[in-house]
Amino acid sequence: MQSDVNNVEAELPVDENLNFDFSSTAAPRSEADSPALEIKGSMFTLPVLRLHSSDMELIAKDLSQRLAQHLRFFEHAPVVIELDHLDDQANSLDLPALCLLLRQAHLVPVGVRQATPEQAKAAIEAGLAVLKGGGASPRSEPAAPASQTNSQSKATAAPSKKTEIVSPKVETVPARVIRQPVRSGQQIYARGGDLIVLAAVNAGAEVIADGNIHVYAPLRGRALAGVQGDSNACIFTRSMEAELVAIAGNYQVFEDGPAKDIYARAVRIFLDDTHIKVSPLI
Amino acid sequence: MSKVVVVTSGKGGVGKTTTSASFATGLAMRGHKTAVIDFDVGLRNLDLIMGCERRVVYDFVNVINGEANLKQALIRDKAHDNLFILPASQTRDKDAFTTEGVGKVIDELRESFDYIICDSPAGIEKGAMMALYFADEALIVTNPEVSSVRDSDRILGILGAKSKRAEEGLEPIKEHLVITRYSAARVASGEMLSIEDIQELLGIDLLGVIPESGAVLQASNAGVPVVRDEVSNSGQAYQDLISRFLGEDLPMRFLDTEKKGFLKRIFGT
Repeated sequence: MQSDVNNVEAELPVDENLNFDFSSTAAPRSEADSPALEIKGSMFTLPVLRLHSSDMELIAKDLSQRLAQHLRFFEHAPVVIELDHLDDQANSLDLPALCLLLRQAHLVPVGVRQATPEQAKAAIEAGLAVLKGGGASPRSEPAAPASQTNSQSKATAAPSKKTEIVSPKVETVPARVIRQPVRSGQQIYARGGDLIVLAAVNAGAEVIADGNIHVYAPLRGRALAGVQGDSNACIFTRSMEAELVAIAGNYQVFEDGPAKDIYARAVRIFLDDTHIKVSPLI
Repeated sequence: MSKVVVVTSGKGGVGKTTTSASFATGLAMRGHKTAVIDFDVGLRNLDLIMGCERRVVYDFVNVINGEANLKQALIRDKAHDNLFILPASQTRDKDAFTTEGVGKVIDELRESFDYIICDSPAGIEKGAMMALYFADEALIVTNPEVSSVRDSDRILGILGAKSKRAEEGLEPIKEHLVITRYSAARVASGEMLSIEDIQELLGIDLLGVIPESGAVLQASNAGVPVVRDEVSNSGQAYQDLISRFLGEDLPMRFLDTEKKGFLKRIFGT
């Protein structure tokens, strides 16, 4: 379903003393102290291949049938192999053979989950990651999930449904919703997702989100969207009166207030390359 | 059920102590047993405005430290025998305040008073934090100018986050907006923010508007809270404010005094 790669960066205290240095991306550090790499945490939604059988022939047959329905969608898609629904746990699954099969079907196996210790060992030997968590997902019925209407004929034609691709249900972080005004000196941070503010963000206040920021009232303070680097993040407000807006570390200060054509208007603020753009919504 | 009301603003010189003195006196004039506490340690003023500065023997810090009991420190108002003042210490500093110590004094006052008014010092330091910590309701004193409104906004944020009610997840502090030093003429000329502007920025209910008036300064110098001046606009505006606080529905007055005067002069009513 999804891989929970935990954030390996230092834990940020929520709402207090958050210091997002938005100048750091604008001005790269000198060679001397710049590291060769950074390790960042991120969340992904991955399709899960839930195995009901370890019989390669059955798997191959079902897989080609399934993929025929979603050919485009699953092309070169990374998949996680789920092992706890195997009906014949005793028979050892040939993981290298399965990987080969998946690659031939233009899928990219990246890991296994719900593995027994032996299976985990085999997975590591086959170059797969062993993913933890996600076990709470409800067990879906082995009946065809794709199309109920025309599945009648297929159900009889293919009685040996031993594999299924659980279509990637989107796992989202719930948005943080603030109903009270955000007042001068207050700082609100929506970690890992969107921030929705239903009251005014006053001058001297700061709203921060890893995702988008929506302010359904005047935005008079500072708004920083996509602070972990999401350059697709946007800021929306009913009335643009902000002091500063930033997206993925690129910022714009409105020293004399926003320009007349956008001031107090409903706007969307987005990133165009490295430039902040403000466009009226209506 | 006694109520603790903090009078606060963030910014200095906007009329917190004037409002505390008049608000407490007004409540007492209507028969409510009221205590008013000065939290401005080191810059004590409330006793001057209440006209009891020469009667201060023990103060709030003495009570917290156990050097005097509450009865010894409370000063009974000369004009109203149900009004008491707990003065601040002029010699100690604000570190004398502890949440525990202040809480104990407030609890003791709650036993015998209807209203406990906490006159907050300016700023957001310890004295101000202590003054608002135990509050049930708050009067946010604001002048019609940008910096005062900004500071009030900051204080409102603190009320909603750092007060006892906020920390314990109880019903939030009831916030009332009090606009002081209001001058209709200066609003009309664009020098001051309008009441609508302030309300829009702060988003809380307006309890009263006190017009700028020489009567306030005179009253302060004389040590008589302006609410007792029945002739002046400011005194009447404070009376209205107290009525609204106690649940009456009164229209705002003195918002356009100058304009009316001008029209009256022309049409000679």
